[in-house]
Amino acid sequence: MAKSAIKKSALRVSENGLEKKTSSKRLEVLKTYKIYIGGQFPRTESGRYYTPVNKAGEKLANVCLSSRKDFRDAVVAARGAFGGWSGRAAFNRGQILYRMAEMLEGRKEQFISELLRQDSTKAAAQKELNLAIDRLIYYAGWCDKFQQLFSAVNPVASSHFNFSVPEPMGVVAIVAPQGDGLLGLVSAIAPVIAGGNTCVVLASETKPLCSVTFAEVLNSSDLPGGVVNILTGKPAELISGMVNHMDVNATIYCENNSSVKASIREQSAVNLKRIYFYDHLNWQKDEGQSPYLIMDTQEIKTTWHPIENIAGAGGSY
Amino acid sequence: MFINGSWQKPLSKKYFDTINPATEEKLSEVAEASAADVDKAVKAARNAYDKTWRKMPARERAKYIFRISRMIQEKARELAIIETLDGGKPIRESRDFDVPTAGNHFFYYAGWADKLEYAFPNRQTTPLGVAGQIIPWNFPLLMAAWKIAPAIATGNTVVLKSAETTPLTALKLAEIIQEADLPPGVVNIITGAGATGAAIVNHPDINKIAFTGSTDVGKIIQRAIAGTNKKATLELGGKAANIIFEDAPIDQAVEGVINGIYFNQGHVCCAGSRLYVQESIAKEVIRKLKDRMESLIVGDPLDKNTDIGAINSRQQLETIHKYLQIGKKEGADMYESSCPLPRKGFFCRPTMFTNVAQSNRIAQEEIFGPVLSILTFRTDDEVIEKANNTPYGLSAGVWTDKGSKIFNMTRRMRAGVIWANTFNKFDPASPFGGYKESGFGREGGLHGLLPYLNLVNH
Repeated sequence: MAKSAIKKSALRVSENGLEKKTSSKRLEVLKTYKIYIGGQFPRTESGRYYTPVNKAGEKLANVCLSSRKDFRDAVVAARGAFGGWSGRAAFNRGQILYRMAEMLEGRKEQFISELLRQDSTKAAAQKELNLAIDRLIYYAGWCDKFQQLFSAVNPVASSHFNFSVPEPMGVVAIVAPQGDGLLGLVSAIAPVIAGGNTCVVLASETKPLCSVTFAEVLNSSDLPGGVVNILTGKPAELISGMVNHMDVNATIYCENNSSVKASIREQSAVNLKRIYFYDHLNWQKDEGQSPYLIMDTQEIKTTWHPIENIAGAGGSY
Repeated sequence: MFINGSWQKPLSKKYFDTINPATEEKLSEVAEASAADVDKAVKAARNAYDKTWRKMPARERAKYIFRISRMIQEKARELAIIETLDGGKPIRESRDFDVPTAGNHFFYYAGWADKLEYAFPNRQTTPLGVAGQIIPWNFPLLMAAWKIAPAIATGNTVVLKSAETTPLTALKLAEIIQEADLPPGVVNIITGAGATGAAIVNHPDINKIAFTGSTDVGKIIQRAIAGTNKKATLELGGKAANIIFEDAPIDQAVEGVINGIYFNQGHVCCAGSRLYVQESIAKEVIRKLKDRMESLIVGDPLDKNTDIGAINSRQQLETIHKYLQIGKKEGADMYESSCPLPRKGFFCRPTMFTNVAQSNRIAQEEIFGPVLSILTFRTDDEVIEKANNTPYGLSAGVWTDKGSKIFNMTRRMRAGVIWANTFNKFDPASPFGGYKESGFGREGGLHGLLPYLNLVNH
């Protein structure tokens, strides 16, 4: 890690060129990869870390090895943020998702360098980043439209006005895909929050760098703290705590491990969490985005109200 | 039992009694389906799915379902009487609500069969296969309609098990289905108790489980199908909050509260069993509720004037009595109507508790009987907090004359069905189903189609 970091810093040129001479001697400031809970960047309360390596054997960083307690703290933050976020105008949520895309666009280079360190190629990294940005814009546009598409005014036979609308479920726990470190993360989060839910996301264990940097994007996008909480760590350690948590409404699991899927479904029964498996989706393709993914974490609420009967009168006025 | 289009004796060779809960007299013996019987029914359903039903043009499927609806209307009278005999509900309710709504449900979904391409923008649909359906005893025929109609309209085939204490109208429905000439195996109706239900849930060739019943059993089902590809719809328990604000039309609200909790003896998962009254009007509301309770007639379900019929079973009556004891022990004040009860049969007076605390079990747990818990509140925020403070989320009610307050409350209450200035209304076009531990999936309306379909990308 140190080696590549120094190489990069040597390439940096300041505006007036003065620092150029000294740059080779200047020690680069390394980034501490922390987790993201309630709009803050704490370290894991457990004090533990792990050190993922890339294929070349280079250490990526000392990354927080989050604990169950971190998850519980994050759920408290997410639950606290739910009322405000779900109560916002859908239009406003759309603007914030768009802002996230803007911020991501502005930090392209940083993400690409992280993706490269996580074994991506230049072309693949470029593509992944573009897709991630475009995906946010795609969902930004959906925020104030999917309700119209999936609502209904129901023609009941009695004298009532009756309508059904989608409403966010609440707090969603997401185990992000291991593969696409950035695109998978963004693709799993965006439909959930576009619909007004809040979430706690466990980032890719092997490719966690972009998730922490993405948290910085979120933090500068007017997204209220607690709407998205990002943990790093080991799914094997955390999933059962996520699925057993009584204040989580739904769980999304993006990997194709059938024994984990079975145990998620079984344990989710504790409070009848809604369960979604996204292992069949290819995030790189069009199927990786859809308003039906927003609808997965929506409930349908139906409301009735009487209509006054004008006795004996027909419709002739 | 009705399997593969014909009446078959159970391989188990076992039978059980079904009784009239109003007289405790035996009505008939019905077959108890074993795992082998379930297997037979599933094979029939699979065969019908593969060879007939999925291949049939959707408009033809629709016509069969329309036909079933029409025949339910034709036989409404006998269905209503059987329903009341077997389940104990007042004939007025089975005649005016259960049976017509069941017929209408088939009519509604029949029309969807050849219009599914319009229901889901930018997606095509395919049926799931064989649906295993397990229904409760509180609305036996209506629940059978809620389960079967959308399933077969969307091209699935069905194995349905009626409830142990109320098997008769489902069997009558099987007769109608036979008379309607539905291809053999498309709908199979079997009878039995919990073990039969478990055999359905665990059968490897079933693609979808649809269950209406208790939250406890719903959780058992969710655990049982973990590790399979079975889809599930669960429509489970509830503890609905019914909220009256001081500006509400009080007399209408009182009528709505009475209907909300005493409809069908309170055997309603969406019953308004927690009443929240704004403090300023609590005295008046409670007085009027007591007056209205006194005028309710408890007795012979076959009498047109009866308001409250028989409790469905001895077991359920014991559960209700247990909760009455719990309520008294917890320090709430119990008030029951002074009406006389028939000497035989399972009956319970309409009952309410005042001075109930939010933490009392009678304010937290589903009783499934004619028992109302009354709590008071002062502010909007307080009552929202209390109303939502439950693991359930099936239904809720609000009474106020102020429009903006209605929308504030209906938006903030976490429940799948919200009745504003009304309660316990149902319609085939209106989706029904819960949030949280009240289950998932919707039944009724456009949204009731999705649980029986796969969406396919173009």
